[in-house]
Amino acid sequence: MTTKTLKDLPVEESLTSGTMLCAGCGGLLLVRIFEKVLGQNAVTVNAAGCMSMLSVFPNTPFKSSWFYVAMASAPAAAQGIRDALDILIKKGRVKKEDDLKVVVITGDGAASDIGLQATSGAMHRRLDFYYLVYDNEGYSNTGFQASSASPFSSATKTTIPSALAPEGNLLDKKDLFEIWTAHKPPYVATISPAYIADMMRKIEKASQFAGPKLFIAHSPCPPGWDVDSDAVIRLSKLAVETGIWPLKEAVNGEVTHSVIQKKRKPVEEYLKLQGRFEHLFEPARQDKVLQTIQNKIDAYWARVEK
Amino acid sequence: MKQLLTGNASVATAVRLCAVDYIPAFPITPQTEIIELLSRWINEDRMDAKLVMMDSEHSMITAAGAASLAGVRTFTATSSQGLLYGFEMLYNLAGWRVPVVMANVSRGVSSPITMEPDHNDVLSARDSGFLQIHAETCQEVLDSVIMAYLISEDSLVRLPTIVNLDGFYLSYTREPVEVPEREEVASILPQYIPTSGYMNAQNPVSVAVAVLDGRAYSYFKYQMHLASLNALDVHEKASKKFEKAFGRKYDIVDGFMLDDADYVIVMTNSLTTTARAAIKEMRNEGRKVGLVRIRLLRPFPRQKIGQMLAGKKGVAVLDQNISIGSGGILYPEVLGALYHRSDRPNKIISFIGGLGGKHIGISDFKHIMSVTEQSVKEDQQPLQSILLFTDSDWSKVKQMLKVAGKGEVEG
Ligand code: SF4
Repeated sequence: MTTKTLKDLPVEESLTSGTMLCAGCGGLLLVRIFEKVLGQNAVTVNAAGCMSMLSVFPNTPFKSSWFYVAMASAPAAAQGIRDALDILIKKGRVKKEDDLKVVVITGDGAASDIGLQATSGAMHRRLDFYYLVYDNEGYSNTGFQASSASPFSSATKTTIPSALAPEGNLLDKKDLFEIWTAHKPPYVATISPAYIADMMRKIEKASQFAGPKLFIAHSPCPPGWDVDSDAVIRLSKLAVETGIWPLKEAVNGEVTHSVIQKKRKPVEEYLKLQGRFEHLFEPARQDKVLQTIQNKIDAYWARVEK
Repeated sequence: MKQLLTGNASVATAVRLCAVDYIPAFPITPQTEIIELLSRWINEDRMDAKLVMMDSEHSMITAAGAASLAGVRTFTATSSQGLLYGFEMLYNLAGWRVPVVMANVSRGVSSPITMEPDHNDVLSARDSGFLQIHAETCQEVLDSVIMAYLISEDSLVRLPTIVNLDGFYLSYTREPVEVPEREEVASILPQYIPTSGYMNAQNPVSVAVAVLDGRAYSYFKYQMHLASLNALDVHEKASKKFEKAFGRKYDIVDGFMLDDADYVIVMTNSLTTTARAAIKEMRNEGRKVGLVRIRLLRPFPRQKIGQMLAGKKGVAVLDQNISIGSGGILYPEVLGALYHRSDRPNKIISFIGGLGGKHIGISDFKHIMSVTEQSVKEDQQPLQSILLFTDSDWSKVKQMLKVAGKGEVEG
């Protein structure tokens, strides 16, 4: 495997500028790089979410094909398109060199909640496709309500810290990586917009496999997380440095970590920059909650480093 | 060649004859035999297609639409709860303007859950943009699947079609069916070539993008509506082609002993066969009765129905469905086909029967006609749907209530 650097990033854009998404959207940055690396012979299949606002009649920022489906069934649409292309190529109606990569792009709500069954089905059927989840840890397109990917103690519109629940969200983030990996697809990885070279290497590695190739991307969302647009990359970097967002991959179910910190920063450094965790510090520090979050991270890495 | 085929086998046979490329599937009674047969034929290399077992009807209908969009001839089948589970995607497929053909094997809708037929499942889809053909016999089922592709793939239409057949009454009933040769079907239905081209690297497309402007949204919805209305003529065109090739003819609305009839029953689907027998008996008794069967439910043949029922004394609309809180679903549609005519019938009465496969026999049809005749004579218009339920139905239910521990029920 060659080591990738930023210089290896293709110059040509597949996704052009001028969309109506928020400034500094982490998800959009991810989608742009993902599409750039995969190239233009691709069809993007999208489930309802923020990215659905990329193509709005009569405009599209994509040079390649785009297909908006519904919230629950983007992987099923990917199945239909992949099968159709295979049939068309086999029956000589489409040339092999005009084949398309089928790429599903959804948010964490579609991936972890309403579309989990459709994704499980696609993995079970060994569908040859890419799946990119821009994980902004909530239903951002509807104003940031909690999804099952919202982390413990984060504030969302449906987990507003209160006297009854001062910690905000009482539930843990669903472990989509483990759920996916349990299906033993050829390739699953977590990625981050602060680690582009890592991401490029992973996409390249994934592309060698036929079958499901799935990616979960740390995707800071300035309005939902209550951070400035220019903090996005810093946050993504801190997420990895504090260990709350492990960068890893699983090949046929075998997990390895692609970035391991010699010394992890305290998670507070990541949390205190975000308005969605402000209640853990102001008006009074919630030490117990902060310790719980830190303990969970430490326990995770203790298992990894064992 | 004539074969004894169930309704389900008639569907599957037609799908094979139409050289369908792709079949996403999910089992549900009483449809499952269709996908079992297709799967077997594909495995035995009697059919060059791919069948994929999906994880739900929602995924199944999605995959069908997506594959059709990419450019392959696609079929799928469902029933009842399955149709409702995938309901969201019906509207989507229509909006994607894909010529998918889907068989719906009618079955009542839960709750309470049942296996036997009525039309609440398929009629719930009436506003989706799918065309709807409702078949009376197994022969018509086979022929309608072929015609559905002819109509759906026509560039004036480009909308998906549901071919409806009744569970049990057709799905599991063998009837003699004339099965055409593959080449004969190919001669009227050549390989599918999508008008917007195959999805591939040479042809980048953006499909089903968001439309956040009411004017553009209206434009697309109006287009679908007008395209659906085009299917009235396109059905005629397809019907001529079909008749020329196979000698069987299907009209969007089917009249029986209608010309000199004073009293007419309007209905759909397989129960019509029993109704025809009842009409014949009543004719023998000297009653001037006739029948109208609506075959094409979407687009709704308003003009044709108006013409066929104009000048009659009384019309009974038999709905094998129930819109809770309103009554029969087809009844207001038939009224709408007649109101503007000065020669409209004196009385148009709504009946509901056959829910969950409840038996309707010749005596029921006689009762329907008598009530209709009576209302005309007495100039009485019942304002609510008349719910067919015989004394023997009631005593049977009373027995069951007793077994269920509900005690003796006053009737
Ligand atoms: S709400 Fe968040 S995820 Fe959505 S476009 Fe804005 S920044 Fe991106």
